[in-house]
Amino acid sequence: MSKAFIAVLRRDLLLAWRSRADLLVALSFFVVVASLFPFGVGSDPDQLRAIGPGVVWVAALLATLLALPRMFSQDFDSGVLEQLLLSQEPPVVWVSAKIAAHWLSTGLPLVVVSPLLALMYGLKPSAIEVLALALLIGTPILSLIGAIGAALTLGLRGAGSLLALLVLPLMVPVLIFGAGSVDAWASGIGLRAHLLLMGGGLFAALALAPFASAAALRITMD
Amino acid sequence: MNLFKFSSPQTFYSLAGKLAPAFGVIAAVLAAIGLYISFFVAPTDAVQGEVYRIIFIHVPAAWMSMVIYLAMAFWSAIGLGLGTRVSFYMSKALAPTGALFCFLALWTGALWGRPTWGTYWAWDARMTSQLLLLFLYFGHIALTNAIEDARRADKAGAIIALVGAVNIPVIYFSVKWWNTLHQGSSINLTKISVVNTMLIGMLIMALAAWAYSIAVALVRVRSIILERERRTEWAGVEIAAQGGRA
Amino acid sequence: MNWDSLSAFIDMGGRGAFVWGSYGVTLALIVAELWTLSQRRRDTLRRLSRLQQLNGDELNGNDSQSS
Repeated sequence: MSKAFIAVLRRDLLLAWRSRADLLVALSFFVVVASLFPFGVGSDPDQLRAIGPGVVWVAALLATLLALPRMFSQDFDSGVLEQLLLSQEPPVVWVSAKIAAHWLSTGLPLVVVSPLLALMYGLKPSAIEVLALALLIGTPILSLIGAIGAALTLGLRGAGSLLALLVLPLMVPVLIFGAGSVDAWASGIGLRAHLLLMGGGLFAALALAPFASAAALRITMD
Repeated sequence: MNLFKFSSPQTFYSLAGKLAPAFGVIAAVLAAIGLYISFFVAPTDAVQGEVYRIIFIHVPAAWMSMVIYLAMAFWSAIGLGLGTRVSFYMSKALAPTGALFCFLALWTGALWGRPTWGTYWAWDARMTSQLLLLFLYFGHIALTNAIEDARRADKAGAIIALVGAVNIPVIYFSVKWWNTLHQGSSINLTKISVVNTMLIGMLIMALAAWAYSIAVALVRVRSIILERERRTEWAGVEIAAQGGRA
Repeated sequence: MNWDSLSAFIDMGGRGAFVWGSYGVTLALIVAELWTLSQRRRDTLRRLSRLQQLNGDELNGNDSQSS
């Protein structure tokens, strides 16, 4: 069982590495979107510091969304997905592997780049650490929720915007606690509650989302 | 009684045809009584004056929008669990009415908020959750319409309904949490002193909304059943009989 | 009875626009839903019976060829 997980994970990571130009596009999108806000709201440092965490989170959400259709579509087109469904492995195993690979190739880079953006918004070093930590816990949840939507909209016309409509409302809690953790830390309330809740959310998503995604894929491929 | 009997599309089609007018009449009668209480029996509120009378549609609409989403999730779960097609049809038939009530809750909330809070919209926990619920409805409707293969659309809609239902409490809790941390604006919910006649009026209007939703969903489900079962013999007979008149 | 006159009823203590804006839109949307529902049923029946006729003609055509 874990063998199949590792095999699929390895394969997907290798494929992601081969098409790293696409991943760079999503990452650039993240940086560009986050850099747009000052042009819209002005360059007042205090204001930017206040909105910084939220902006970085919203940009991360959108960048994740942009990369989501890739999660299954290539394998859907090439017929690999069908073969995987016909194999003896329980779908949950390889679906989890695919989600993990997707996060490692699209979510993790966002976490790594986020401190740069936070610097541009004038966040304090300790706030930057908090933001990165929150993104580290939160972006996997985004990938997990997104996987359900990606599986449901697979192969549809206008899948991209449909996917956004489906999963963005579901991602709001992650946004609230993710961006809120920096505010909570800055205002001296403490991080504990936020991080615990996000951790709880991550475990819940880990426990439920792969099953829902696997069920959705089965429906799609039926 | 054999409940599975009703899961046959044919039986359900004729049952819905009989029940829909009954629920329609109940809805009309209850709405008439409820409106009479709302405007002529319930007294003027001491603080808010007459504008509070919006409550008689606002609260039932908000309740209904949540109840209908849960009902959709319920039918979806039954459909996925037992494989009954009628359950999926019901889930699909409920969605537009749920979205309608959800929008009405927001609309009446805005019109109520303006004279009492001085603003049409506030990022208040309940209003924000209601808005997200409307997005969930839109997502469900858009997804089931975008999928051409009917059976895939049924099941995909069922999954997103269930995922949404699991998320609704999470969304509400998180928005509430967020709201208490960001209490920047100066909005105070001016409490109205709920008297008995108000409560009764609200309950009757809520029951009217229930009956209306059931009636409308049953009428809608009949169209869906005919559409989807058109290749079966009984549906062919029904179409031939009704089609001439249409 | 809360109202002295019809104009007082319409005025709603100066908040008529808000109260009737709520009730009016509610009524309008309910009427709209009922109307689209009846349209939908009519359209469905019309389309399906047309489809049925087309298929019927086709079937009959095939029958005459095979016989």
